[in-house]
Amino acid sequence: MLRLEKRPNPSKIWGYLAPVLAVIATMIGGGVMFALLGKDPFEAIRIIFYDPLFSEFAWYYRPQLLIKGAPLILIAIGLSMGFRAGIWNIGAEGQYIIGAICGAGAALAVYPLESALIFPVMILCGAIGGFAWAMIPAILKTKFGTNEILVSLMLVYVAEQLLASMSLGLMKNPEGFGFPGSRNLQHYASAHNAELWVGSGIHLGVVFALIAVIFGYIMLARHQMGFHIRLMGESPKAARFAGVNPNKLVIYCLGFSGALAGLAGMFEVAGPSGQISIDFNVGYGFTAIIVAFLGRLNPFGIMLAGLLMALTYIGGEIAQSSLGLPSAAIQAFQGMLLFFLLALDMLTNFKIKLANAEVRT
Amino acid sequence: MSKTLLHLNGLTKTYPGVIANDDVSFDIAAGEIHALLGENGAGKSTLVKMIYGLVRPDHGTMQMEGVSFVPAEPRAARAVGVAMVFQHFSLFEALSVAENIALGMENPPKANALSARITEVSQSYGLPLDPERLVGDLSAGERQRVEIIRCLLQEPKLLIMDEPTSVLTPQEVTTLFTTLRKLKDEGTSILYISHKLEEIRALCETATILRGGKKVATCDPREKSARDLAEMMVGGKLNLAESKETTLGEVVLEISDLSLPPQSAFGTSLRNISLRLHRGEILGIGGVAGNGQDELLACMSGEVSTTAEAIQLNGLSLGHMSPNERRTLGVLAAPEERLGHAAAPDMSLTENAMLTAMTRKSLSKSGFLDWPRAKDFAEQVIKKFDVRTPGPQSAARSLSGGNLQKFVIGREVLQDPSVLIVNQPTWGVDAAAAADIRQALLDLAAKGASVIVISQDLDELMEISTSFAALNAGRLSAARPMAELSLDEIGLLLGGADAAA
Repeated sequence: MLRLEKRPNPSKIWGYLAPVLAVIATMIGGGVMFALLGKDPFEAIRIIFYDPLFSEFAWYYRPQLLIKGAPLILIAIGLSMGFRAGIWNIGAEGQYIIGAICGAGAALAVYPLESALIFPVMILCGAIGGFAWAMIPAILKTKFGTNEILVSLMLVYVAEQLLASMSLGLMKNPEGFGFPGSRNLQHYASAHNAELWVGSGIHLGVVFALIAVIFGYIMLARHQMGFHIRLMGESPKAARFAGVNPNKLVIYCLGFSGALAGLAGMFEVAGPSGQISIDFNVGYGFTAIIVAFLGRLNPFGIMLAGLLMALTYIGGEIAQSSLGLPSAAIQAFQGMLLFFLLALDMLTNFKIKLANAEVRT
Repeated sequence: MSKTLLHLNGLTKTYPGVIANDDVSFDIAAGEIHALLGENGAGKSTLVKMIYGLVRPDHGTMQMEGVSFVPAEPRAARAVGVAMVFQHFSLFEALSVAENIALGMENPPKANALSARITEVSQSYGLPLDPERLVGDLSAGERQRVEIIRCLLQEPKLLIMDEPTSVLTPQEVTTLFTTLRKLKDEGTSILYISHKLEEIRALCETATILRGGKKVATCDPREKSARDLAEMMVGGKLNLAESKETTLGEVVLEISDLSLPPQSAFGTSLRNISLRLHRGEILGIGGVAGNGQDELLACMSGEVSTTAEAIQLNGLSLGHMSPNERRTLGVLAAPEERLGHAAAPDMSLTENAMLTAMTRKSLSKSGFLDWPRAKDFAEQVIKKFDVRTPGPQSAARSLSGGNLQKFVIGREVLQDPSVLIVNQPTWGVDAAAAADIRQALLDLAAKGASVIVISQDLDELMEISTSFAALNAGRLSAARPMAELSLDEIGLLLGGADAAA
């Protein structure tokens, strides 16, 4: 019989090995699923993992990797801080939407004025919008002890309704022939989050994601705040003893993740997406949760995980069109990744032992 | 010596990385009180768990009255007459005494009959207990009686008692001993687990001493001195803490009229606590756990804030301050729970050094942490306090209880506090480490710091404190010089009778 036994010290090797093995296990598990769906598993896996990077159309997909990866990384860095402290912001999707609405709103309010100040103001508004939306669960938690998981999650649906209302009402493009959706910010020079180098996929959001990774690393490894966050996650009582104020930490972690999610939304609406529309959000806020864990809540890990997740998105889209895989299969595939990761994660702190059931007397 | 009741032969039990019991053999005679003596981790618990059927031995045999005895589960052990009173009670607070006892029986009789039996047994053994009372209203001593009576109703041949006196007042201990002697006279054997040497010398006629899983000796404890027994237990010379004469200096810390509502549903409230702590004083605060010890420590450490004036250091009000503001002023604390309160289990010792020493050891510059300095400090604690560990990178949870406690106490002591408050500094710590910790507290006081030691262990308080106060139901008695107090007076104080009131 197998038995789990707690390791005295967490295993460093397994900490690195678990994500790699999880990816391999996902390929196998996913392959079986694709085979059951009647597709060639090897081809499907090749299309998902290999084609976006090295096929003849890779020149198109590679920049997409950054465009899709940046919001995931930006949001996941924010979430990872809270997750480390045991503060569960599940509503990044909502904060992402509100950030986009606020950022776009700032630009649309002054349209068609052209000024170098507009874009910085949009960035600020996007961050503040996401921050403010995250403050709702934060304040309810600190004042009334509500559960931040439920409140932040439910606020996603409120944000979606607000998004729909904005695209159909207040922000609807007056020159849009009655179609829902705002003006396209890509056509508004001062507000456009353009690529810094054409064809590279690198827009300002990618730069911010990189800064967030470095900032996150310094904070966790070298700064008092990061230490307190880790301490809170490890042992709330010890954190209190060390002088951590739990309420301040809740405000900080939710606020920080909200602001980063808001920024991600703002960069998206001003760049790749271009406009506020009913289906503006595509689930980055939820996928970022997987990214955060896949990256072991470590900033550099999150960067790699974000790129990997972007790869499965892009590869999944290719597989959908070229193999006719259902989109649910791709979502299940991504879910498997988290599933296998959490399962293999056990091995960082536990080792498997063959139980010696026999007793000699 | 009368006939053998239980014969243990070569019992061995291995857990991964540690041999809990290594070829342990001894006999328990019918009608004797047999002490099982050893430090924490010596293998006492594993041994009795094997007798009680909770753990199966890897090797070795047991014979009960000459018949092979292989209990697969506690029920099988109970069937042949083995009963056990655990150190930690398993009682439901919301149920009455009789209901609790009925729950533990295989075939409970009718409620009335059971109550009558309980009353009968409790009277015949001098253990007063009303079967209809709710367990939640009982004191620790009374709860133990519930457990004992639960065992006695099975009319056991062998009664195992695990550290029975750790939660009792001196008066309750006397009552318990009377009961145990009566049981013995009726022919019941008792296996009595303890690390309190004086108790064993007073009560037991045979003692088996375990060290590192091996049997060291079986002897008559009445013929040995407490020091001999301790040295057999530890396996070397014991450094008994030596207190130096100190004259009390000026008042350093003053607590006046500190009250605190309960912090949780099962918390204790603090009521009008006042005390004065002098320079060089070690104030021992005795009392059974759950009478406000944790709450008092939290108020002192700053984890719970009070009114500013309730706590004053040299006239400066600090009741409202955060833990780190207090640390800056030199008021440090070490809570009872080592893992999960005083230290974060999965963090390294370096990180755990950072946990409390950040301000006082200047381990942080404008929010940025100086890890190399924290590592140096952790190494210093490890070295000065003889913490056995591979190094400062080890996780706190990988240390044994005694070593982690040395680290926790050392971390505070080496920050050179002016006031140090410790709760249960040697709880569950082996004798050698306990002696080192007590010596460190004495040395600290000798250097002019003031120390408050909250402890359930009266022997410890009598050994190191200069003054004594008792905490009972959230009230603190007036502090009195330790030298003036007799054991009886201490017992009365612990029971809530304040001599000054």
